[in-house]
Amino acid sequence: METDINSQDRKDLDKFIKFFALKTVQVIVQARLGEKICTRSSSSPTGSDWFNLAIKDIPEVTHEAKKALAGQLPAIGRSMCVEISLKTSEGDSMELEIWCLEMNEKCDKEIKISYTVYNRLSLLLKSLLAITRVTPAYRLSRKQGHEYVILYRIYFGEVQLNGLGEGFQTVRVGTVGTPMGTITLSCAYRINLAFMSTRQFERTPPIMGIIIDHFVDRPYPSSSPMHPCNYRTTGEDTGVTYPSVEDSQEVCTTSFSTSPPSQCVFTVTKAHFQTPTPVVTDTLRVPMAGLAFSHQLSSSRLSYQPAALGVGSADLAYPVVFAAGLNTTHPHQLMVPGKEGGVPLAPNQPAHGAQADQERLATYTPSDGAHCAATPSSEDTETVSNSSEGRASPHDVLETIFARKVGAFVNKPINQVTLTSLDIPFAMFAPKNLELEDADPMVNPPDSPDTESPLQGSLHSDGSSGGSSGNTHDDFVMIDFKPAFSKDDILPMDLGTFYREFQNPPQLSSLSIDIGAQSMAEDLDSLPEKLAVHEKNVREFDAFVETLQ
Amino acid sequence: MNCRSEVLEVSVEGRQVEEAMLAVLHTVLLHRSTGKFHYKKEGTYSIGTVGTQDVDCDFIDFTYVRVSSDELDRALRKDALRNSGGDGLGQMSLEFYQKKKSRWPFSDECIPWEVWTVKVHVVALATEQERQICREKVGEKLCEKVINIVEVMNRHEYLPKMPMQSEVDNVFDTGLRDVQPYLYKISFQITDALGTSVTTTMRRLIKDTLAL
Repeated sequence: METDINSQDRKDLDKFIKFFALKTVQVIVQARLGEKICTRSSSSPTGSDWFNLAIKDIPEVTHEAKKALAGQLPAIGRSMCVEISLKTSEGDSMELEIWCLEMNEKCDKEIKISYTVYNRLSLLLKSLLAITRVTPAYRLSRKQGHEYVILYRIYFGEVQLNGLGEGFQTVRVGTVGTPMGTITLSCAYRINLAFMSTRQFERTPPIMGIIIDHFVDRPYPSSSPMHPCNYRTTGEDTGVTYPSVEDSQEVCTTSFSTSPPSQCVFTVTKAHFQTPTPVVTDTLRVPMAGLAFSHQLSSSRLSYQPAALGVGSADLAYPVVFAAGLNTTHPHQLMVPGKEGGVPLAPNQPAHGAQADQERLATYTPSDGAHCAATPSSEDTETVSNSSEGRASPHDVLETIFARKVGAFVNKPINQVTLTSLDIPFAMFAPKNLELEDADPMVNPPDSPDTESPLQGSLHSDGSSGGSSGNTHDDFVMIDFKPAFSKDDILPMDLGTFYREFQNPPQLSSLSIDIGAQSMAEDLDSLPEKLAVHEKNVREFDAFVETLQ
Repeated sequence: MNCRSEVLEVSVEGRQVEEAMLAVLHTVLLHRSTGKFHYKKEGTYSIGTVGTQDVDCDFIDFTYVRVSSDELDRALRKDALRNSGGDGLGQMSLEFYQKKKSRWPFSDECIPWEVWTVKVHVVALATEQERQICREKVGEKLCEKVINIVEVMNRHEYLPKMPMQSEVDNVFDTGLRDVQPYLYKISFQITDALGTSVTTTMRRLIKDTLAL
């Protein structure tokens, strides 16, 4: 086989194959850089453009290719492979393609080396340029960035296709017959990109689908390290300076003649090779939006607790949290109530509070057994606002409120909070705790106090009864009226009910003369502590006030 | 001489026609273009360098590689535009030919050695969702077409011999500044009646041959 080829042809062929291998690697890696490639045509031949194609040489890539080849050439049983894989920001990786440059035994002895083989290799490179844009990995590589990057690895030897998963497809780029064997260039690429996890490479639904065998270990450990498909100038690198293509001084055949070729200087222009993407490191990348948000949420939770404890009033607590503990990059997300694991509503707007309270009212009133259009809330009002006696009761109530609103935010009993400072909006709508009613002297006031308005008097006098609507107002008969622009009484809280209930605002417990001496004493005792806490949170109060302005 | 003939079929939406045509044309011409020949003494020549560039399609999820030659691109766009617009079936033929000098009074013969026929079926889509799906589908189809084209190119079948300096214009289009494609011509048929096309072709053949 080898006797038919003369030594000069053999030398030429080896040179052609070597540079073809190097150019193949350049084309493949450059096609996975994630950006469009553009090189200029030149009518005047330069000695440095192998195969009459303007393919830039990235020194790092050439260095890696030469390292992999280690002076050898693709031969029978020894293929040069370029593995393209994807690595996510979480560190998971997956093989996408394997490009193989192989040599088989089929020889074409009649073929002319310096002309036909050269031109056919040139044609094969053009085909490679076209094919590298049509495999699925191309579109993925164009969208690489923060979430994932594309890596390449060059190895020499036996082709390893196991990492491509099941059902991978093969496309043959082309073949060139030579007296030494037939050069074949092909690509095996993964087609099934299904994920089992919820992670996705693209925010938009991917065209290709998702990867299923994402977490399968590779049977063969990589013999050579992966490299990112992004180009950096040697100055930015770890200090290793890759020699520019010294073989460029070995001039490529541009003239098809017997006259000796002339020397040329080869310069690399990095016009197209800026640093498009950050270099892959082993550290965790910038988390995706969701992860960042949850991180911020947890910190906001931590900051919420003391605020809640100190302030003791919901309408002050929520905005405080939002102002102080939050990542401003996700203001929209955090303002969305109820979607993210207990983010509280912002009850500084009455409407929200009303809605939230509506829910609670809907939940709790059936237990009272008295859901009525009349004022069931009056009882609640008394329960909530008047009972400063038992510490447990208002706190429990408060906790109930908070638990419903904030989820995991508050665990500690809010000892410092009394119902006097329980200026939560719509406290009257707070769920009535039946157990506490009896213990709470406020629920069962001994006397009808001298109140300013007969309405208030009626409130107190009727507080003892458990939810019978008719007893609520003896003095005034409540007619079911339909206020303007209200709907029918389908919802638990409609405009009419709202009107009715707001007609009878709860009496401040501190103003009520029914407060027993004991509770008064306790109140007075707790006052210094409360004041201290309030003073501590002055800044938060101020911030809240500012938000209102 | 036998002329190699390849047929490709695509179904596209109206606004994708031009890009699909250009993608196919450029992919074929990438393989059928060389650098400019520079002839030296003793019958030798050197070849210029062909640059390439990626082109993203606007209406198709597809990127193709073309030769970096604005002149060639302009010429192809002018041809591709002729076929765009309108519904139905259209057909474009890219024919590579050689000129064979004839004696007077006969004009030069144009002998095709490779013909690429692209049949374009234009569909009309109603909703944006359909268009989005069409974008992806046509992109995938064009990927298959590129693979088909590459497969044909790498069969290494007949190519005209490299000409002497005096005959280079019979084989290559030397009118462009930066690249040198094989002589080609593009023709269109926006009809689905086969009979008409045969008649036109025959008429043209007779005309060209006799040139009377």
